[in-house]
Amino acid sequence: MKGIFKGYILFALLMLAATLLFGLLASWVFLYPQSFNNSFPFQQLRPMHVSAALFWIISGATCCTIFFSNEAFSVYNKSKKGIHAFIGLWIVTIITVFIYYFRKEYGGREYWEFPSWLSIPLLVSWILFMVSYYKPWLAIANKKPMYLIMWATGILFFFLTFLEQNLWHIDWFRQSYLRELTVQWKANGSMVGAWNQMIYGSSLYLMVKISGDKSIAETKQVQFFYFLSLTNLMFNWGHHIYNVPTANWVRHVSYFISMTEWLFFISMIRSFRSKLDEYKIHNHLIPYKFLSISELWLFLNLTLALMMSIPAINRYTHGTHITVAHAMGTTIGINSMILLGAIGYILRIEEINKREKKLIQYAFTVTQISFFIFWISLIAAGILKGYRSVELNMSNFQEMMYPVLRVLTVFSIAGIFVVLGLLLIIIIYLKRLWMIRTEAFGSK
Amino acid sequence: MFLRIWILLFLVFLSYTIYLYINCDTGRQIPVERAVVAGRDLWQKKNCQACHQLYGLGGYMGPDLTNITRTKGENSTAIFIKYGTGKMPNLQLSDAEVQNLVAYLSWVDKSGTSKVPENKVHWSGTYLIDTKQ
Repeated sequence: MKGIFKGYILFALLMLAATLLFGLLASWVFLYPQSFNNSFPFQQLRPMHVSAALFWIISGATCCTIFFSNEAFSVYNKSKKGIHAFIGLWIVTIITVFIYYFRKEYGGREYWEFPSWLSIPLLVSWILFMVSYYKPWLAIANKKPMYLIMWATGILFFFLTFLEQNLWHIDWFRQSYLRELTVQWKANGSMVGAWNQMIYGSSLYLMVKISGDKSIAETKQVQFFYFLSLTNLMFNWGHHIYNVPTANWVRHVSYFISMTEWLFFISMIRSFRSKLDEYKIHNHLIPYKFLSISELWLFLNLTLALMMSIPAINRYTHGTHITVAHAMGTTIGINSMILLGAIGYILRIEEINKREKKLIQYAFTVTQISFFIFWISLIAAGILKGYRSVELNMSNFQEMMYPVLRVLTVFSIAGIFVVLGLLLIIIIYLKRLWMIRTEAFGSK
Repeated sequence: MFLRIWILLFLVFLSYTIYLYINCDTGRQIPVERAVVAGRDLWQKKNCQACHQLYGLGGYMGPDLTNITRTKGENSTAIFIKYGTGKMPNLQLSDAEVQNLVAYLSWVDKSGTSKVPENKVHWSGTYLIDTKQ
């Protein structure tokens, strides 16, 4: 592969580093806003952190999709120009987004707070990616391995949800606040499902590679769970807006669909023993370590998501830091762990020296322990806020938040260690990226 | 078979999406005046959602503002916006801009109530909200 692909991996890892640094700073600004209001206010840091996180995940997911698809059906070799154009335009637009953020210029909506004209080059670059991807994809005769379907689904639905996320530019959608809000959170919710398709597709591909067993990507069970997750992508976004007074059927449909996630939950418990055996065999491999820990985080966050999907419980969790725990639990615990495992595989991280391997092991342990404290603190802060606002019906915001902020101090301290652990992993990855020869990419 | 199921699911999704766009808001339409549009643009331009929520969606630095004009009144809301508080920065807004933001928040307020009262929770766990405002 060309140097531009190496540059794309570098860009994705730098986005992760930016996510961590902006997030760490934002967590302390949240506690002491007066000290930062004139320099780095929260309303500037939050979009920088959130957008960096989104772009890390989407860039990381496309990186892995391109690389693994190239191994599977030579997508890169067949569509070099289109993929290069996508990468170039994508990176330039994202850099422009951050220039606007540094200038404190906004205009978009939650998670996409940059001036909205920048959505045009982002969309154009994605179309370039789609065209480059689908041309060779359509020509594949055997599409049995489910990762092929998952990557293609993720790419298509990111396009659809990105379009939907921008429907607010059409005046009709803004004539009703409830409609506008519903469409916005429908798009945001489904978009998560879209990038998950790409990421879980890469995870499945990686498991095939590690285990050497092709059949695990072609079973009826994998097909069933693909359709189940696709159904959830399409219809399970309503928990974001349970309290919004839309038509009641909007809530009922989402509530019903979200309860199908219990099937994932049961399946995870049933496969626990076999996963444990698998873990014993492959645990010495760095990419596998990341994949296996992502399964633990998936289990924890699925449990949390199932609780939050019940409106009667959502009444206490909505608008609290439990939502943040769920968002960060999934983006760091699941998505980032899978992506770090997959990028580690791309970089052939097993070839690094013993000292660096030990460092990764150390950073990995620090990250997981501190991230667990971080996650639990957010849940505790959320429970406290939910109880004080719903049960005690407190109307004074400062009074309500007082004990919550004390819990969030634990979260911010744990955040320092999460950042240190992940930054150390990023540095080792970057060093490996620097050392690896460009031509060596993909030649296994 | 796989492709058939996929296409069927996709068609259901498309139909549901269109139906949702048209029918998700069953309440009466609240007219969008010019001040509301200006306030809405300012809300996005100043990135108010980074710290505040509408219907619990947004940042948690400051309070949920869905029904702020109802609970605190339009004048008090305008004073908060104009001068900020200890935690909220003074955004140096003109009087007209403040009034536009208040108009926007009043418009949002008319769309419903952010908090779901206990008596709207159905035994099955879902909400039954009266959507005809």
